[in-house]
Amino acid sequence: MIRIENLCVRLPDFSLHKIDLRIQAGEFFTLLGPTGAGKTVVLEAVIGLVPVSEGRIWINSRDVTRLPPEKRGIGIVYQDYALFPHLTVYENIVYGLRYHKKDGKKTGKNLDFIVDRFSLRRILGRSILNLSGGEMQRVALARALAVDPSVLLLDEPLSALDPNFREEIREILKMLHADTGITVLMVTHDFSEAQYLGQRSAVINKGRLEQVGTVTEVFHQPATPFVAKFVGMKNVFPAIFEGRKAYVANLRIELGFEESERKKYIAIRPEDIHIRGDKFPPGTPNCIEATVSKILNQGFYSDVIIESAGIELRAIISSSSLFRMSLTEKTRVYAAFDTSVVHAF
Amino acid sequence: MKLPNWRNQALDPLIWLTVSSSMIIIAFILLPLFEMVFQSSLADLRETIRDKDVIQSIRLSIYTSVSAALISFLFGTPFAYLLARKEFAGKKFIESIVDLPIMIPHPVIGIAILSIAGKNHWLGEIMSSLGIRIMGSVTGIIVVLTFVGLPFYVNNVKTGFEAIPVRLENISRSLGASAIGTFFRVTFPLAWRSMVVGMIMCTARAISEFGAIVIVAYHPMIAPVMIYQRFTAYGLRYSQPVAVWLIIVCLFLFLLLRVFSIHKKKMT
Repeated sequence: MIRIENLCVRLPDFSLHKIDLRIQAGEFFTLLGPTGAGKTVVLEAVIGLVPVSEGRIWINSRDVTRLPPEKRGIGIVYQDYALFPHLTVYENIVYGLRYHKKDGKKTGKNLDFIVDRFSLRRILGRSILNLSGGEMQRVALARALAVDPSVLLLDEPLSALDPNFREEIREILKMLHADTGITVLMVTHDFSEAQYLGQRSAVINKGRLEQVGTVTEVFHQPATPFVAKFVGMKNVFPAIFEGRKAYVANLRIELGFEESERKKYIAIRPEDIHIRGDKFPPGTPNCIEATVSKILNQGFYSDVIIESAGIELRAIISSSSLFRMSLTEKTRVYAAFDTSVVHAF
Repeated sequence: MKLPNWRNQALDPLIWLTVSSSMIIIAFILLPLFEMVFQSSLADLRETIRDKDVIQSIRLSIYTSVSAALISFLFGTPFAYLLARKEFAGKKFIESIVDLPIMIPHPVIGIAILSIAGKNHWLGEIMSSLGIRIMGSVTGIIVVLTFVGLPFYVNNVKTGFEAIPVRLENISRSLGASAIGTFFRVTFPLAWRSMVVGMIMCTARAISEFGAIVIVAYHPMIAPVMIYQRFTAYGLRYSQPVAVWLIIVCLFLFLLLRVFSIHKKKMT
């Protein structure tokens, strides 16, 4: 279990502001945010590598705020593997064992299990300078787990890998968590990783937590405009709410339910906006006539930006639909979205 | 296979400029040295190396320079680590202080050291009561050579430490190693080569020192002082063979430096 209470870190060019997180024992928790948001600083505060100005950090009900890193019992894996270049694969894995002796004997009874689980037996004697990215990350994971840490921190462990290895390590992480039930705190900027691996997530921006919740909650019910954009809700607008309707400038949006007037924004996913060349059947909610202002080809699909009543909406259509509708800039189109896909916050 | 068109390349003014400048520089360095080496006859060289005073001066030069390098290693390593790893107010200022001995004229260094080593200074008084003499002593030579050689050691090792990712040390700490344990198991094995190169640089710089030494300790005579003394007392012909022997020693040191630098490059 990791408990972070009111954590403040002040560095010369960056600050963390009152971070509160509670990660349950055995949970796979992901901390999301763009580059420079402060994710790694949170990890480094938990592990004891940056000075904490205020707040407390508990690991399994032990206050570790003032303990040096070596006394905290935390394993960490970095995106760039950070393997010791002067040691072999085996020497890397057993590096920490001498510091974790029980009754005068080295621990590491799970060493064989780890070596086999990560398929490292045949490369144990190799220098780490000749390993592939996937092998290096497996060694880094094995090294962190060999000392049987209470919690495992992962700093973007998939970012530096090419797609094949990324999938392999992602599977290993999932399997590892299922097998060992270890508490994991992973930071990433990729929401799909959080969706695949994480149970709960927090989103951080400019050193402040924006939202904490289950991955589904964060994905479907973002609490702030930043989170909404971060999880792919490209259409975020300030809105005025009136009963079952919301107004974005001159655009009236049906909500299908009565929304509190205290809400300030609406957000719609681009994939939830349908576009066609002819009119939608009468009675279709939120049907608008618009002009295509830009088409961004993304390969298998295209982002189509349409403009109506001074508002720009982003929709996604497949390349075949784009071809069939022969859409170009300035084409008049009809767009519609269901009331259920409008998220108010 | 099509051969490159050398004629066109040779016409490139940039190539001309770089090649001709390089040749001028190489000639500028080698010509006086070659001239000096070949002007000394083998008989002179043989005779010089049999001269006890010469052997002693070269030995003293090596002993004092290596001592300076060892002292630099002892005190300079933790200092270089601090500069490489920590950010603190006034760091740039401290780094400039380290470089000061490189910039100060050498006789000024000698005068500066003497000014604190004399009995009219409290530090000189303490040293005197402890039986430590700076003026005209081997200790004095080592102090001066450490003063001039230390910046080369510190700067080189600092760069070496900076090249080691901090994350390796972080990982080591997270695996249970203390800060000192981490230094000896991770940082030192990755930085020792830069320390060796730093010590060779420091020794090489120290062995060539003359200006500060003549002020602090004319006697006992180190090789550069002996060369100067022979030159002023007997002329060029008598000073040349000693200089040749000193050059041979310096050349050996720099060859060592190149070998270590090449290994270092291969590692990174």
